[in-house]
Amino acid sequence: MASNRISRRDFVKVTTAALGSIMTVAMGIPVIGYLIDPALKTESGEAWIPLGPLENFPIGTPTPFSFTRSNINGWEKTVNSYGGFVIRESDTDLVVLSSVCTHLGCTVYWLEDKQQYECPCHGAHFTAEGEVIDGPPPRPLDEFEYRIEGDALSILFKKG
Amino acid sequence: MWKKIYIWLDERLGFDDMYKMLLDRPEPHGNWWNTLGSASLFLFIMQGVTGIFLTVYYTPSPDHAYDSVQYIMNGVAFGWLIRGIHHWGATLMVLVVFIHMLRVFFSASYKYPRELTWMVGSLLFLLTLGMGFTGYLLPFNQRAYWATVVGTNIGGVVPGVGPFILKALRGGTDVSALTLSRFFSIHIWMLPATLAGSIGLHLYLIMRHGESAHPTLDD
Repeated sequence: MASNRISRRDFVKVTTAALGSIMTVAMGIPVIGYLIDPALKTESGEAWIPLGPLENFPIGTPTPFSFTRSNINGWEKTVNSYGGFVIRESDTDLVVLSSVCTHLGCTVYWLEDKQQYECPCHGAHFTAEGEVIDGPPPRPLDEFEYRIEGDALSILFKKG
Repeated sequence: MWKKIYIWLDERLGFDDMYKMLLDRPEPHGNWWNTLGSASLFLFIMQGVTGIFLTVYYTPSPDHAYDSVQYIMNGVAFGWLIRGIHHWGATLMVLVVFIHMLRVFFSASYKYPRELTWMVGSLLFLLTLGMGFTGYLLPFNQRAYWATVVGTNIGGVVPGVGPFILKALRGGTDVSALTLSRFFSIHIWMLPATLAGSIGLHLYLIMRHGESAHPTLDD
């Protein structure tokens, strides 16, 4: 009979441990959610960015363009710049390249005399069409999807 | 296995001695009023923990303070809960610490040999009020701003040194970015450090002298 009864001391121990565990879990889960919340948010969006009339992009030589996109991060607006090159091979046949190096994301620039893009960070070179000539980049420069409406060129910007 | 680990740790850290020293002491017969000190300690720890988590998103600058608090409330998962606990815990802590103080006063527990415990306790009460005062400005809404204007003005009417106190509190003549950042610093570093140290001293004195028994009718 006596063996079935829980002692006062044990009762207090068990109750304290149980209540403590409940409180820890009840607070712990929200706290973890609170801390990792920004990592769980997905920001995606795509938009057609107008680059102006086609005649701004002469046939033959890569022509640089740039645009900015703003993004709300928490309570603040962040403006990011993006850029690339339009390479027109004929009236309607063209390639729109991103100027972000596929190695570590530096911005490449066009070398008129060498007819190559060069990355300032590790000296990689790309052809006018974006193929890797030398250096560490794992793949050619990324291409933008584009459309031509009448005379106006737009590219598809994707984020996320 | 666990037993072995426990014994290994205990030989080096001395859990058993620590337990005997810190917790194993005679208590006066159970009285709920005697739990208010522990409740204050619990609230202090709770405020510390939720406060640390709030600084993950809070920004102490006039440009962003209000927006960052709005973001905590509406943009972050459970932000409302963390801030809600900190907000209501603050009010509750002032209340509980004050009732604790009243209990000590009415049960005359401040008498010999516990005068120092009482003095440190009074300091703890003032520090708690300081936490309330500095924390009130941080959301940087209208109420926070004007409460700080009025509160610091009160310091400004002290004869002689009033204008100095006012400028020292505000970090200049106006309630500004300087006021916000110094209140933030006081709220999260200076006062909590002082509070933690004083609580340590307060607890040491309680362990040393034990809790006072409530006087009976015969006393």
